[in-house]
Amino acid sequence: MPIIAPLIGEPYWIDVFTRVMIWAIAAISLDLILGYGGMVSFGHSMFLGIGGYTIGILAHYDIINGFIQWPVGLLLSAFTALIIGALSIRTKGVYFIMITLAFGQMIYFLGVSAEEFGSDDGLNIYNRSEFNVGKWSLDLDNSLVFYYSVFTLLVAILWLVHRIVNSRFGMIIRGIKSNENRIIAIGINPFRYKLVCFTISGTICGLAGILMANAEKFISPDMMHWTKSGELIFMVVLGGIGTVFGPLNGAMVFLFLSEILSNITHNWHLIFGPFLVFVVIFARRGIDGLFQRKTTDND
Amino acid sequence: MGYSKERLPIMINSVLDVRGLTKKYGGITATDDIFFNISGNEISAIIGPNGAGKTTLIGQLTGEIKPDKGSIYFKGEEITNLASHKRSHIGISRSFQITSIFLDLTVLENAALAVQAHTGHSFHFLKPAKKEFSIVNSAINLLERVGLKNRAHLPAKNISHGEHRQLEIAMALASNPTLLLLDEPMAGMGPKETRKITQLLESIKGTMSIILIEHDMDTVFALADKLTVLVTGKVIASGIPEIVRELPEVRRAYLGEKAN
Repeated sequence: MPIIAPLIGEPYWIDVFTRVMIWAIAAISLDLILGYGGMVSFGHSMFLGIGGYTIGILAHYDIINGFIQWPVGLLLSAFTALIIGALSIRTKGVYFIMITLAFGQMIYFLGVSAEEFGSDDGLNIYNRSEFNVGKWSLDLDNSLVFYYSVFTLLVAILWLVHRIVNSRFGMIIRGIKSNENRIIAIGINPFRYKLVCFTISGTICGLAGILMANAEKFISPDMMHWTKSGELIFMVVLGGIGTVFGPLNGAMVFLFLSEILSNITHNWHLIFGPFLVFVVIFARRGIDGLFQRKTTDND
Repeated sequence: MGYSKERLPIMINSVLDVRGLTKKYGGITATDDIFFNISGNEISAIIGPNGAGKTTLIGQLTGEIKPDKGSIYFKGEEITNLASHKRSHIGISRSFQITSIFLDLTVLENAALAVQAHTGHSFHFLKPAKKEFSIVNSAINLLERVGLKNRAHLPAKNISHGEHRQLEIAMALASNPTLLLLDEPMAGMGPKETRKITQLLESIKGTMSIILIEHDMDTVFALADKLTVLVTGKVIASGIPEIVRELPEVRRAYLGEKAN
């Protein structure tokens, strides 16, 4: 599908697909902690904000070199995830949801109160990140080049997450989700593994934020509003919790459906809401589950 | 007696030395000044009616419950306040009263995780766990030892209750423990499955110290070298099973009660 979009040649669709892929990266990162690690973060969009604001603020001060912008954005996301993770992971279940929501809101209001960077109105970014090495340069302002860059990163993230969840580290994370007391009984301190998982997830989501700021050429606190965290959870649930490709499918269906429905009627949430309820009730394991049921029945 | 029990020297050769463990919940004393000692590769059974404090005792030995008073020595070292996950590394393994395994993973993955926990840290992010051959091979050996090799690739939730127990014991054995704590390994099992687990325990008997908390009397008398009877948090008798069983206070408190 991602290959097809440029073939259609419509700039509009290229932009839509680019956005879908960026959200997919964010949803994949959330699924790493939610689906594999059992940590339901309701503040994940804060990392979109941190990645995005890093780009916006640096661009605001005329630093548009991607080799500076991106590592700074990733490091800040990782660092924030490490601190917030260390404070949140000691709680479980509803408390974890609440504490991540609270941290998310804190970061959100930090954005709202940042007058220098446009407060509620946000901040325009006049140049996408520049990657120049000698004569060679990556022209992200060309929407097709940007599209393929995002696509490459998406594939890389899919590969990375696939490797992580099947590695020794991934086994521990899945073990923690399945039965944390057992993990302790076999001699593992779950805290360190959850924290590292949370940090990896936050960093990947930070990358999505970096891409989002570049895609929209605009940042505002809205990108880290708590409803965005909710949408990310929906994408993961929709696609299939704890699957590598699930969040990608979830992000696609979620965004296309909301795009299509909002073109039909202004009150598109009236249709979209029941649809999500339907998915949660009848397709427990999301889109991925619909396809997998047939294969497991044959076993 | 000339001097109190607390003054007794710590037995250096003992595997486990429990000294005066006391735990109170409100007005209820769950374990009341419990002393006992385990040395050599014997199976010590602990029996007692419901509410005798068996689970609280196990909880204190595994580090999940902090005792109000008393201390625990393992191989001569005090471990009273050692964190739960660290006890596994010094050689104390356990099974749970209510089966506790990773239901979402396969049987082999369950065993492999238990092995993995004792082969250094697991901050390896890229190499597939399936290709960690030394871990996988040890896991397969463990499954073979408990008779689950032919179940290796099934999801753990699809095997029987008895097999869950076998798997739990396999996972407890993964660390080559010095001391194995088995909390009612026969709970909820039919006669055939009980026999299977009894055979399994017979096969590991003599290779490590085992504390067996059990309700099933046939199992206890078939396996145990030593029998300790717990009633309302107190040890009322301890010794060779055949002798302990005949003590009038034991018959009155536990065996007699059960016969009625």
